[in-house]
Amino acid sequence: METTTLIGQLPEVTAAGVAIKAILILAIISAVAGFGTYLERKVLAFMQRRLGPTHVGPYGLLQIAADGIKLFTKEDIVPQHANSLIFKVAPVITAATAFIALAGVPVFPDFTIPEFIPVLGGTFVPSIASDVNVGILFVIGMMAAGLYGPLLAGMAQANKWGIIGAARTAIQFLSYEVVTGLSLLAPIMLVGSLSLIDFNEAQSGGITSWFIWQQPVAFVLFLIAGFAETNRTPFDLLEHEAEVISGYATEYSGMRWGMFFIGEYANMITISILAAVVFLGGYNDFGFIAGWIMILLKVAFFFFLMLWVRAAWPHVRPDQLMWLCWKVLMPIAVINVVVTGIVMMV
Amino acid sequence: MGLEQFKNRNVGTQEYKVLNLQESPKTPMAKFTQVAKRTFKGELFVGLGVTVREMFNALFRGQMHTVKYPLEKLPISPRYRAIHEMLRLLESGHYRCIGCGLCEKICISNCITMETRYDENQRKEVSEYTINFGRCIFCGYCAEVCPELAIVHGPRYETASEQRASFSLFEDMLTPIDKLSLQQEYDGFGAVSPNADENIKKTPLAY
Repeated sequence: METTTLIGQLPEVTAAGVAIKAILILAIISAVAGFGTYLERKVLAFMQRRLGPTHVGPYGLLQIAADGIKLFTKEDIVPQHANSLIFKVAPVITAATAFIALAGVPVFPDFTIPEFIPVLGGTFVPSIASDVNVGILFVIGMMAAGLYGPLLAGMAQANKWGIIGAARTAIQFLSYEVVTGLSLLAPIMLVGSLSLIDFNEAQSGGITSWFIWQQPVAFVLFLIAGFAETNRTPFDLLEHEAEVISGYATEYSGMRWGMFFIGEYANMITISILAAVVFLGGYNDFGFIAGWIMILLKVAFFFFLMLWVRAAWPHVRPDQLMWLCWKVLMPIAVINVVVTGIVMMV
Repeated sequence: MGLEQFKNRNVGTQEYKVLNLQESPKTPMAKFTQVAKRTFKGELFVGLGVTVREMFNALFRGQMHTVKYPLEKLPISPRYRAIHEMLRLLESGHYRCIGCGLCEKICISNCITMETRYDENQRKEVSEYTINFGRCIFCGYCAEVCPELAIVHGPRYETASEQRASFSLFEDMLTPIDKLSLQQEYDGFGAVSPNADENIKKTPLAY
């Protein structure tokens, strides 16, 4: 069940390995998502020359624990006229799909559990929980399915702000999803595969082989669409406080609201990993820096970029988002695909 | 004389500046060029640059705005009118109040109460002096009218207390006798102005 025989060939992936990987992803990404809220508050505070959370623990690090205790112990309220079943299911959809999407992306490097550990010793833990051959399609599809969370939540809660939030979810979903798919199509054509492992290996030849140099337009388009996909600031129409209170999350509190949040942060991490793997060389070694540090650095950069943009830019109106996606980004994406195709043929 | 001139609130001359806003483009081509121009102008990156610059200023150049309030406090103006203080004479340590009753008389919310009597030297002595801080509006008239600079407004603005009577008795407001050397001369509301000496003129003699 173990044994590496040929160079470059990985050990057999067992069910136990996948299960361990799944538990690892759940545990670590939930923790990182919680930590992400702390980072976001800190970075936004620094950019506005504030201190951010400081009082709970050293540098406010235990603020996450305090928030967690608050969220878990809050009263669980289901509004009187809400459709209680859908109301309760919606946050689960967001959180679950965010983590299911993470099953298809390489989150950490693979490793083998040392032999001296009693039961699981020698089990090979893969870098991808399930290396499906439609990897990138699966991830994008799952993240798109995650939009059902806000949609159903907004419609189920019998609140006009929620309804507006749900309507905006539909608008946003219809707008960016086309751009995401088309912008990823050009790199997919270059690689000839949908597997993220293949993407990684296609860029193993140093910084010059990164797809960002071949596909700069696709990279920018994917970033813009990714911001829309994760409801980050230039496109945070779903829950913009100044306009629709909290949008789809107006009536949510406690852990149900927390699940929306964890889902959003998990999605941010997913999009960061996707952008890093597809365009920025993935987890290949970079000079003397090991691959797993490189992917961490890249993901951290994209995560920081999302916070940075939130601190700097105002957000757009829904009609501007639709205009941008349908009239500007989609034609550019199509032209990019066509040009890529012509260059490949010649 | 009519009231018209008093109803005109536009005091001063207005100097409005008209912004140079260009007209919205009409033709599709003009619209397209405007979009393209704005897209490649790089204004978005200016915004990103500003935020990251402010972050570096805050973190590494000590320009953080936050004041950790209960731990650190901003200095307040000497003219700030907080809880009153009764000052002492610097030489003898006796309280400055001469019991003239002007502050009690001028107090517009009737919150100052004082009782005086003659002591054994036939000098006026303040036997009772309280300020009802439930009524006091901190207008500063008492400090302004006091001829001896005896009652002044101190810098103590944190006035939450369990008892309404807290810090309202004469002894509470009076400078503690062992802190006499730390007593600050009041330069706020009602105090002698810094250039008072220059303003004093010789009394013209009529004869």
